[in-house]
Amino acid sequence: MTEAALISDTPRRATAMASAPARIALWLRRRIFASWRDALLSLVVVLILGAIAWTILPWALFKATWSAASRADCAPGGACWGFVAAKASQFIYGFYPPLERWRPDTVFALLIAGLTWLMVPRIPGKGYAGLFMMVVLPVVTFVLLHGGVAGLPVVPSDKWGGLLLTLILAVSGISFSLPFGALFALGRRSRMPLVRWLCIGFIEFCRGVPFITVLFMAIVMLPFFLPSGMKPDPLALAVAGIIFYEAAYMAEVVRGGLQALPKGQYEAAMAIGFGYWRTMLYIILPQAIRKVVPGIVNTTISLLKNTTLVMVVGLFDLLNIVSAGVADPLWVGSQAEGYFVVGLVFWLMSFGLSCYSRAIEGGFARADRA
Amino acid sequence: MENPIIRLENVDKWFSQFHVLRGIDFSVKQGERIVVCGPSGSGKSTMIRCINGLEHYEGGRITVGGELVSQGDDNIEKIRQRVGMVFQSFNLFPHLSILDNLTLGPIKLRRLPRAAAEAQAMELLERVHIGHQARKFPNQLSGGQQQRVAIARALAMEPDVMLFDEPTSALDPEMVKEVLDVMIELAGTGMTMICVTHEMGFARAVADRVVFMDNGAIAEVGTPDAFFSAPRTERARQFIQQVIH
Ligand SMILES: Nc1ncnc2c1ncn2[C@@H]1O[C@H](COP(=O)(O)OP(=O)(O)O)[C@@H](O)[C@H]1O
Ligand SMILES: [Mg+2]
Repeated sequence: MTEAALISDTPRRATAMASAPARIALWLRRRIFASWRDALLSLVVVLILGAIAWTILPWALFKATWSAASRADCAPGGACWGFVAAKASQFIYGFYPPLERWRPDTVFALLIAGLTWLMVPRIPGKGYAGLFMMVVLPVVTFVLLHGGVAGLPVVPSDKWGGLLLTLILAVSGISFSLPFGALFALGRRSRMPLVRWLCIGFIEFCRGVPFITVLFMAIVMLPFFLPSGMKPDPLALAVAGIIFYEAAYMAEVVRGGLQALPKGQYEAAMAIGFGYWRTMLYIILPQAIRKVVPGIVNTTISLLKNTTLVMVVGLFDLLNIVSAGVADPLWVGSQAEGYFVVGLVFWLMSFGLSCYSRAIEGGFARADRA
Repeated sequence: MENPIIRLENVDKWFSQFHVLRGIDFSVKQGERIVVCGPSGSGKSTMIRCINGLEHYEGGRITVGGELVSQGDDNIEKIRQRVGMVFQSFNLFPHLSILDNLTLGPIKLRRLPRAAAEAQAMELLERVHIGHQARKFPNQLSGGQQQRVAIARALAMEPDVMLFDEPTSALDPEMVKEVLDVMIELAGTGMTMICVTHEMGFARAVADRVVFMDNGAIAEVGTPDAFFSAPRTERARQFIQQVIH
């Protein structure tokens, strides 16, 4: 023991040999109070975290009322979680008729199955998983939720809302904005000037205009171009809007990856006999996209949050549904609880995306290093 | 006389104002091994890149197996499948395993079933002496191994002709031999080859003819012995002096 301690004064070895309290003390000394500057910084961080906890915890936990039939049952000064419990199904399904909720439940189950298939590395057949997410799931979701076939009653899309609607917008946006973005990125580098100008024009238009303006313009202007009497479906509009608007951002991210690829990769693919599309699909895009995973995830998270803007076309997504909930006379004044929970759900989804992205980046890094 | 498999007739090429190929006239018969050498910047790479349409040429004509090479024509992809190319910088696909580097072309272009493509790939990897590395990724291999994979990848398309553009110039000296050995073995199978290289030993061992390029034109053509021991032009004499030392 003494000999080992003499030979090795590497921190890891020393830490491993010390007892638990000593280990904690050592870790504190090294990582938190290594110098007076570190100590000061640590202290400031602890104070800030403490202040946040100090204001939120009493409201959210200690003074909260957990079950209530109306706002009047809740103690003042604390959260009234009875509101969230009472409105939970509205938060999840929107105004979808209660008797038909097995339909959105099936969609949720299919979505979870598809995501698991796509994301768990050990399950084979990723190509089919992609096909399922991009073709089967959208069609099944629409047919099942809308109904009108096989004896299913029609549920018009203005009844869909809450988490269901947010997921429809986010998943379709995420699945389709990257492929379309890749196409725009290729178009932006095309040798055909008309294609190039069209793509540049589209990308720069989307980047120059706020999403909310695009939605507004679409809902106000489209009826002028459609045959009289036809009104655009707000949900279809929102889905198309999100896909193309975010595709413009994806295009710029992918373009960065394309620029980082050496010319030799194109030449090697061409020399084998691959034409333009096969070269892009099998050789260039897979490499370009790997190089820009953080940028793609960044855009994806901002897409997720942009879905909340669909309230301007009259849709009740997970965020907007809170306003429907507090319109109930029993629960007037419960915004804080509603937005707190909705914020938490959005944060969880974004954080999940970040974690997933870090996992795949780690996988690529290992493949590159090994 | 039998038809040449590759024929360049009076080929001219410019890089904007710069006349990089000047009236190249030259043909290669089935099974011939040609070594192309010449000073840096003399247009060797440009010439062999014109043969599979990676570069565009402005004057004259190039045919491969009787088919005209012209960029922008759908035909070019068919021609490229019959002309294998090995680059100085290997250009393996880093996101694919060694095996997938070899099977991608056969599966997608020759429509081979995966099992057949993998069997063929393994056979080729054995032939270039890296059968046991099939599951690795390109950046896990040394330069010499990568270049041998690149040769196997080109052979997987079962080409009629192989083009090499300075395949050993980017390698550390100790790896040059392993790549040249593979090329010599390939020459022994009767493959038609055009190699841009300054390796005189290789040229003497396999070349039927040595083509010496200078300043965008073919300055001299001869057997390796005649060319290296008794060059006819002054430029070739200087060049050989430099390569030997
Ligand atoms: N894409 C290009 N644009 C302009 N000039 C080029 C290009 N590629 C090559 N060149 C020029 O053409 C000449 C011949 O190049 P290259 O065929 O690569 O010569 P070599 O392979 O014999 O060294 C060189 O002077 C080079 O600078
Ligand atoms: Mg060269």
